[in-house]
Amino acid sequence: MIGLAQTQAQGVFRWDWIGRNIDAIWDRTVEHVVLTVVAVSVGLVISTVLSLIIVRYRKTYTPITWTTGILYTIPSLAALAFLVPITGLSHLTAEIVLVSYTLLILIRNIVAGIDGVPQDVLEAARGMGYTRRRRFIEIELPLALPVIVAGIRIAAVTVIGLVTVTSLIGLGGYGFFILRGLSLFYSPIGTTQILVGTALSVLLAVVVDVSLALTERALTPWARRKAPA
Amino acid sequence: MIELEHVSKTFPGQDVAAVGDLTFTIPEGESVVLVGPSGCGKTTTLKMINRLIEPTGGTITVAGRDVAQMEAHELRRGIGYVIQQIGLFPHRTIRDNIATVPKLLGWEKKRIQARVLELTDLVDLSEDMLTRYPSELSGGQRQRVGVARALAADPPVLLMDEPFGAVDPIVRTRLQDELVSLQARLNKTIVLVTHDIDEAIKLGDRVALLNIGGVLEQYAPPEELLRDPANAFVADFLGTDRGIKRLSLVPISQINLDPGPVLPRSAPVAEAREMMRRYQIDWAVVGGDGRIEGWFTENDIAGHDTLDRVHLLPFQTKLAATDSLQQALDAVISSHTAVAAVFDGERYLGMVTSEEISREIIE
Ligand SMILES: Nc1ncnc2c1ncn2[C@@H]1O[C@H](COP(=O)(O)OP(=O)(O)OP(=O)(O)O)[C@@H](O)[C@H]1O
Ligand SMILES: [Mg+2]
Repeated sequence: MIGLAQTQAQGVFRWDWIGRNIDAIWDRTVEHVVLTVVAVSVGLVISTVLSLIIVRYRKTYTPITWTTGILYTIPSLAALAFLVPITGLSHLTAEIVLVSYTLLILIRNIVAGIDGVPQDVLEAARGMGYTRRRRFIEIELPLALPVIVAGIRIAAVTVIGLVTVTSLIGLGGYGFFILRGLSLFYSPIGTTQILVGTALSVLLAVVVDVSLALTERALTPWARRKAPA
Repeated sequence: MIELEHVSKTFPGQDVAAVGDLTFTIPEGESVVLVGPSGCGKTTTLKMINRLIEPTGGTITVAGRDVAQMEAHELRRGIGYVIQQIGLFPHRTIRDNIATVPKLLGWEKKRIQARVLELTDLVDLSEDMLTRYPSELSGGQRQRVGVARALAADPPVLLMDEPFGAVDPIVRTRLQDELVSLQARLNKTIVLVTHDIDEAIKLGDRVALLNIGGVLEQYAPPEELLRDPANAFVADFLGTDRGIKRLSLVPISQINLDPGPVLPRSAPVAEAREMMRRYQIDWAVVGGDGRIEGWFTENDIAGHDTLDRVHLLPFQTKLAATDSLQQALDAVISSHTAVAAVFDGERYLGMVTSEEISREIIE
């Protein structure tokens, strides 16, 4: 029984494929990571600017989250189809789609993080003579950091999953393997590629999420220590 | 010195002023306590001094300078500020919290370091707390850090809004005592807000009693406030026990002392009996010439001719002329003889009696 199962598994999953394609796997890993990092970074910059506007002018909260909310709900496939005629089969097209999915998550978390800074801390900072800018950078931002990083983690994991879709325009990182695997009609070699692409994508998401969590821990030592009771 | 002239504040969208028309002066180096019922405008008044709230009318000057003409953050760096919730920065160690204003002022590292240690000592914190975060301190310790942080750049003025409101009564009393002794050394101009009249009496060189709308009902040293309330509102706010409260502020030297039933050693026992009859008590004291040796009871003198060999009991409680009448009352109530002996150093001045104390309460 066991022997049979093994034979079957070996028949479906072709380990030798991995060995022969190690270079391609590496290239796609780089592509996947770059697409993700660029998307989250650009998303973060745009979200930070928009969040600052919201914090300063509260009335903009609803229109901004409404707009980014719509972007968030557009199916990624539709977004690609819509953009290709304008921006072509380019990295730009891919990034526009990816970035648009990060905005809502990031803005909500940045604003919530800043709103969550205790009122008494802000008043003390004002009373001590902080200028508005310094107070934001030295007090509000560090205190909002745990919530902001939580947003970055969700955004990063979301983008890592989405990157596979951009394989439709010739990019896609690990999505490339999945797409090609599909085109091979579930032959053993095709199935192997689908499994490898999926597993690596999940693995990358986990690695990124854990590293961000560890970074946050390192940056906020104060949030961990608790009162001696 | 802080001067408020016709200061008013009406918050946007409100038709009654939180502070109507307030004029008073806080002298240099004195502590003034703003006290009054909830919502009377104490916090508003305090925050107008460091411009956390901008007045809608009038002028405020600190050390002769109109605060409205100064950059708000410059003004605030020169004024210490302590609030009830303390507002320590949770992401900074105690050391960095204390160093806040010196850093804003751009002091050198070494100078900041030295100053932090000095303040740690001043507010009675231990140095090993400096590396901790605020969440790792008790409420009382945090409040001390709050005070140290406010004092860090040695500002001439200190604003405190219910600084001890959030700690338990025992810690509060200790922090109040510490503030009194701190102020005795530092001589800051302090404006402190509280709604606790006892705290106001204890901490204020002067008390400003405010009514709703920021109306200044009376502005006087605590003793005067208690002795001579300006109107029914003040008297009511001080409470029916204001006479007793005042006792803590009046020194024994202010009242008449009874010479006491004092007899020389050589006095015959008959004279002692006569003295006891006159005082309507069953005891007397041996002494004279500014000294007393001890006291005895009627039973002790049975079988003696003079007081020479009578066994004397020492006085348990000796009061100094500078002690308060409250301490005297304590001593009188708890003493066997219902009086307490008052001394100036070693010299006996006389006895304080419950009659004299109650005369002072009623006055
Ligand atoms: N930001 C604000 N907007 C509108 N009204 C305010 C604001 N701050 C205070 N007030 C009102 O002004 C009045 C005075 O408030 P203030 O905070 O000065 O009172 P307080 O004497 O400090 O009272 P408490 O003892 O309760 O702290 C109150 O009626 C209050 O509701
Ligand atoms: Mg108040």
